[in-house]
Amino acid sequence: MKFERYGIGIAKGMAVTFKHLFRAPITVQYPEEKLIVSRRIRGNELVWYPDKCTGCATCAKSCPQGNIEIATHVGDKNNYVVDKFEVDTGRCMFCGLCVEACPFDALAMGISYERAQHRRKQLVLSKEELQLSDVRQPSGYARPRIEASLPKQSLLIYWDKEEGGQKLSWLGLSKKRGRGV
Amino acid sequence: MTLLEQFQLWLGSIWPGWAAYIVPAIVGIVVVLGFVLTMVIVFIWYERRLLGRFQVRLGPNRLGPEGIFQPIATAVKILLKEDIVPTKSDKVIHWLAPVIVFVPVLMIFAVVPFGERAILTDLNVGVVYVVAISSISAVGIYMAGWASNNKYGLISALRAVAQMVSYELPVVLAILGVVLMAGSLSMTQIVASQKIPFLLLQPLGFVIFFLGTVAEMNRSPFDLLEADSEIVAGYHIEYSGMKFAMFYLGEYGHALAYSCIIATLFLSGWQGPLLPPIIWLVIKVMAVFFVIVWMRSTLPRLRVDQLMAFAWKGLLPMAIINLFIVAAEVLWLSEITPWLMVAVNFVFAGVLVLLWSKLFTLGGGRVEV
Amino acid sequence: MAIRTEPFILNMGPQHPSTHGVLRLRVTLDGEVVTDVELVMGYLHRGIEKLGENRTYAQIIPLTDRLDYVASMTNNFAYVLAVEKLAGIEVPERAEYLRIIMAEMMRIANHLMAVGFFLNDLGAMMTPVLYMWREREKLLDLFEMVCGQRLTYNYMRIGGVSHDIPEEFLPALKRFVAEMPGFIDEYDRLLSQNEVLLARTKGVGILPKDTAINTAASGPVLRASDVKWDIRRADPYSIYDRFDFEIPVGTVGDCYDRYWVRMQEMRQSVRILEQAIAQLPEGEACAKVPQLLRPPVGEVYGHIEAPKGELGFHLVSDNSIAPYRFHIRAPTLINMTALKDMAIGWKVADLIIILGSIDVCLGEIDR
Repeated sequence: MKFERYGIGIAKGMAVTFKHLFRAPITVQYPEEKLIVSRRIRGNELVWYPDKCTGCATCAKSCPQGNIEIATHVGDKNNYVVDKFEVDTGRCMFCGLCVEACPFDALAMGISYERAQHRRKQLVLSKEELQLSDVRQPSGYARPRIEASLPKQSLLIYWDKEEGGQKLSWLGLSKKRGRGV
Repeated sequence: MTLLEQFQLWLGSIWPGWAAYIVPAIVGIVVVLGFVLTMVIVFIWYERRLLGRFQVRLGPNRLGPEGIFQPIATAVKILLKEDIVPTKSDKVIHWLAPVIVFVPVLMIFAVVPFGERAILTDLNVGVVYVVAISSISAVGIYMAGWASNNKYGLISALRAVAQMVSYELPVVLAILGVVLMAGSLSMTQIVASQKIPFLLLQPLGFVIFFLGTVAEMNRSPFDLLEADSEIVAGYHIEYSGMKFAMFYLGEYGHALAYSCIIATLFLSGWQGPLLPPIIWLVIKVMAVFFVIVWMRSTLPRLRVDQLMAFAWKGLLPMAIINLFIVAAEVLWLSEITPWLMVAVNFVFAGVLVLLWSKLFTLGGGRVEV
Repeated sequence: MAIRTEPFILNMGPQHPSTHGVLRLRVTLDGEVVTDVELVMGYLHRGIEKLGENRTYAQIIPLTDRLDYVASMTNNFAYVLAVEKLAGIEVPERAEYLRIIMAEMMRIANHLMAVGFFLNDLGAMMTPVLYMWREREKLLDLFEMVCGQRLTYNYMRIGGVSHDIPEEFLPALKRFVAEMPGFIDEYDRLLSQNEVLLARTKGVGILPKDTAINTAASGPVLRASDVKWDIRRADPYSIYDRFDFEIPVGTVGDCYDRYWVRMQEMRQSVRILEQAIAQLPEGEACAKVPQLLRPPVGEVYGHIEAPKGELGFHLVSDNSIAPYRFHIRAPTLINMTALKDMAIGWKVADLIIILGSIDVCLGEIDR
């Protein structure tokens, strides 16, 4: 390998940085611009479907952290009725093993990612809080049918042209941006 | 006669003598200070945005159009911070150090010509004044590093002394070439004598002066005093609040001052067609600072012994040779057309740089312990 | 008259911008020259080995993500290989290829980060880091697409991988593979020939060949010292014997060689990716494996060439659902033991770049 001298190496490096002055910035201005997350995102929190759940507790057994607390009693039609289904998402590591383990598709990972709380107590989610709602939508992780209905992820690989993935909206230097949305 | 002296003369005809002596001085100081502080804020914004664009990101763009007010928000944030003084520090020196770093920077602007007669004081030894005043900052940096009683600060302080003293020599010798060619030590005279910018007449002197000043204002690749990956923040590691703001202002003020000096000595200062002189000066200063930021965004840092070797083995001999060449040219070749001189000097500069890069060794430097 | 001097002891870390985590170096200095280095580790100890003994074999996989969090995918890979060896599980063909693709993508992503931060330690003001993170970001996007997370993947399963890839994955990866050599060339132009970089790294922190072997160093640190040892070739695992790639080695084992070896390995990984994409067969992504695996009594040591070196898992089974003993051979822990040999006699600034050139990850050292 031949080494260049006389400042040629420095000049080449400076040329590379200069060239980058004219390339589009890759910054995503987060609160205003939001990228579309993966369809299989293991996002914050779980979504629990009470009608599908049989109370078999496979999810609780599969959890490495022992996070899922489930209590049942035997109902009228010789089935389990779930009394308590509680997840401490503060201890959850979002590995998705419970969702994969569920034989009845009664559990799904959430798609949201802006679910910070002020108190640790608020991270312990009860049976009512875990159900499907406007802010708690399921992601397609281990659930192919949900996956097919979600929009495609935006990829940095396609930052300059659109093929396959969602195009990212890159803002130029001159475009006005305010504080608000 | 400068504008200020003219103002003083006019004021003397209507006001008593002592008032005519003090008022113009205050007016001049306020105007220059206003220029410096505005430009420092512009510089902070300019560097952040430029660095952002070099690094394929945006840089601050939230506050005001294109984020121009971000430095003001930063200043307010810094001022609101708690002023922490370490228990074991030398309190008086710790308090005094930021002042000693910041004040000389402002004093440099006394001799920077902003226009044909727009200069605070047209000292006949302006260049000597600049050299003398600008080295005081090194004392402040040493005091800061020593007084904060921090080991990183101490390393930084010792590096500071070595670096500042070493790079003072090539810088002064490079200025001497300019002085010889202009035939004067006064800044206004040097600007007036630049029919062709001295950048073309003295390319080697410019390179030496530029690198030396970059080292003196602790910017990459010579930012060993702050070297955030090695000694964290160096001399200002124990400073916060207003005192840190003084260092911060001092750093950018230094960059502004040296950009002004480079523009004045080598880029024909405020001279330029069509636009008013002050605009030309600002354009040239911005161009110089652009190159400094560009270098900062690209180059890795030198090691301390390589830094010293570069000053003593590289820049200093080249500066001496350059001085001799310029002296010879002024003595014997002053009659020939300047453009021929430009060509001759570029050839000399190229040959010397090639010669010295042959001697430049790569790597090594282990010490047996 | 001799001047009496005292050694200057500097505590670098646990909070220091260049120790890549919570590592503490107790450095003895003579002026700027390093005369002694003492490593103080354990600030990030989470007891993963003990935790593993209380988890089922499948539940340990997310724990391995937390070892070397810069390259989680290869941690998964090493662990599942060890368990499969222990339980004698056959892996479908497609899963093998998917694993190789993920492992090589991870190698590129890890080396991008390693090289970027090595250059940042040299003082190149974040620029190389941000350029390289642009490419790392593209890979993280792909990992997110496949397994839903960007850092802790939990993708490999005993007997295969958790999901097959979505249909938009391969076109994106093909595009990445096509673009990547150009980007590596650009990094080369940016700094590989830079005089300042050469002055700082050539001949600095030399790890001689015999010392490298004696300290059991592995990965790019070992290969930079001119030892052609790559587990992908020396003890082929998975299906690495089907691919055509070279093992770049350095000449003297200085910081520049370690940098250079990483740059070349990225090129080789791109080559492997190209071949793996072309050969990728159809089929199942995971074999049928019982959820509560009870491997036969015995012990196994499975090792792979992780981006940072030889990553090994030692498992002892007593035919229960959890391993009786779970031990991790972390590459950077072993590589770090060579730091003292490399750093003594150099300046403080060199100590930082020598540490950077080892490419440490504290999650793995302290575990």
